[in-house]
Amino acid sequence: MENNHLIQLENVKKIYKVGETQVNALRGLSYNINEGDFLAIMGPSGSGKSTLMNILGCLDKPTEGKYFLEGEEVSTLDKNKLARIRNKKIGFVFQTFNLLSRTTALENTELPLLYSSMSKKKMRELASKSLSIVGLEGRELHRTNQLSGGEQQRVAIARALVNNPSLILADEPTGNLDTKTGKEIMDIFKKLNQEKNITIILVTHEPELALIARRRVHLRDGQIIKKEESA
Amino acid sequence: MNILRTIRVSLRALNRNKMRSFLTALGIIIGVGAVIATISIGQGAKREVEKRFESMGTNLLFVRPGSHSYRGRQGGGGTYQNLTPDDAKAIAEKADAVQYVSPSVSTRSQVIYGNKNWNTSIYGVGDKYPEIRNWEVEEGIFFDEQMVRSGQKVCVLGSEVNENLFEGADPIGQIIRIKKIPFRVIGVLKSRGESGGWFNRDDMITIPYTTAQRRLIGMIDRIQSIDISAVSAAKTTEATEQIEEILRIRHKIAPGAEDDFYVGNMSEIAEGAAQSREIMTILLGAIASVSLLVGGIGIMNIMLVSVTERIREIGIRMSVGAREKDILLQFLAEAIVLSILGGFLGIGLGIVGSKLISRFTELQTLVSMGSVALAFLFAGSIGVFFGFYPARKASKLDPIEALRYE
Repeated sequence: MENNHLIQLENVKKIYKVGETQVNALRGLSYNINEGDFLAIMGPSGSGKSTLMNILGCLDKPTEGKYFLEGEEVSTLDKNKLARIRNKKIGFVFQTFNLLSRTTALENTELPLLYSSMSKKKMRELASKSLSIVGLEGRELHRTNQLSGGEQQRVAIARALVNNPSLILADEPTGNLDTKTGKEIMDIFKKLNQEKNITIILVTHEPELALIARRRVHLRDGQIIKKEESA
Repeated sequence: MNILRTIRVSLRALNRNKMRSFLTALGIIIGVGAVIATISIGQGAKREVEKRFESMGTNLLFVRPGSHSYRGRQGGGGTYQNLTPDDAKAIAEKADAVQYVSPSVSTRSQVIYGNKNWNTSIYGVGDKYPEIRNWEVEEGIFFDEQMVRSGQKVCVLGSEVNENLFEGADPIGQIIRIKKIPFRVIGVLKSRGESGGWFNRDDMITIPYTTAQRRLIGMIDRIQSIDISAVSAAKTTEATEQIEEILRIRHKIAPGAEDDFYVGNMSEIAEGAAQSREIMTILLGAIASVSLLVGGIGIMNIMLVSVTERIREIGIRMSVGAREKDILLQFLAEAIVLSILGGFLGIGLGIVGSKLISRFTELQTLVSMGSVALAFLFAGSIGVFFGFYPARKASKLDPIEALRYE
């Protein structure tokens, strides 16, 4: 690769076929993201945010165009290779937390490590460290249903962090939380970005939250309509 | 994910739904238990037969009339009495692989003593018969060569006959009537405690064959069969050949023509009997394994429910990097762990069940390692077979849809 962008999108299109009709979710999107960026993707529902998120997170492949992650073209990889990339390079934080129920914080955090060859001891160590970063020291053995919403989202962040990813994708991470807790979660992202130089991509429709990010892109009808950058 | 970790994850998942896991495994438990218990009944019966024949001696041979043709008329085996006491004598004298020979005839008759009567088999045999058949005399004596030669009206009772006619009184020296002919009781055979079945020596009376020929059957020069013991079990084949040679000459059978007699041995019969028990075992096992199959279908059913319930979990696992293979193995492992745990419990149930069967019924049971291994293997492969489809379904889920699933 000729440059050192973490992410390079070249004319990415995504077309869904729903019965006879075609839905153009993304209409030729090109964008670069650098390592250490904090990017907010904004837009109304149906603008293609989720589709872009799924492609960036290697859960889906573009119909057309190219997606380079750390210089590797991932838009052509098969399912298993995409799973490996999700495992090694990407951490997800979802609006609905998506933790395993009736499972401890520690075990939830360990989950990505389960799919990489690693000793039990090493897994414990990394997961504990990850939980302490998000401020959940001493809560390792609490089960999901014993944790508050904010704490659950912290576990989700710890899980996203545990395999030391190049990229954390957060999809409306504060959508199910009250304002105060949401603020706390955003502070964690900010801290991770500033102190650990982890690239964070945040999907949100709350302008206030998006202001925390260094850069913002606005999507509408599968296209970028506005790019902003904080000073 | 390595195998141990996969098993641990599946155990935890099963543990979360203890009641359901148990009920699912119950199908396998009952199936494996039924297979082991039914096979144990079949094998017990086979063992019983083998034991009975073993105690009779594997060096036992017998000669019966074979098929014959007389002036163009073809007859089946045993329809024509062509053996004579002289045949028996010739075998005893000439065949050196033969130890003892006894001509025999048999019939059934009503036996009367005082005001009691009993219907039983009457065997007319030679004086060496107890040695051939490995019999012991409990009371009194067995008739000797002289008594046979002179055709004395003496008899030796089987223990059941003794009990029925004498009811504990001393039978020795008493006179009983067989077909209205008086016979003096000179001995009683030792009981083997058999009830029914072949060659039950307890329910029979032995008399000299000469007496039987003259008084009961009215056929002086013919006998129905010849019982023979070879000098050892290893010599039975040699003895058979010698007997055939002697009889072919005596019966003037041309070279190439078919024998008009048949020489058989006990081990052949024992094998046949054991084989018929084997077939019964297989049949029973096959019926029982149907329940194992039903148990397998139960596993598939529950695994399908489990996959649907856990679509979101599957989505989460996929999003953090689980490959298709990982998900497939996870669910397959659950099905296999269920069926193998069920298999273990089923083996316990089967062993306990067969012990109870042999305690509370007359059936003998024998749990062999082979049947345990077979049932266990069968249970395991049922787990693989019926677990595969649900596991594959889980692994083929689209992570995006799975994550969104409510």
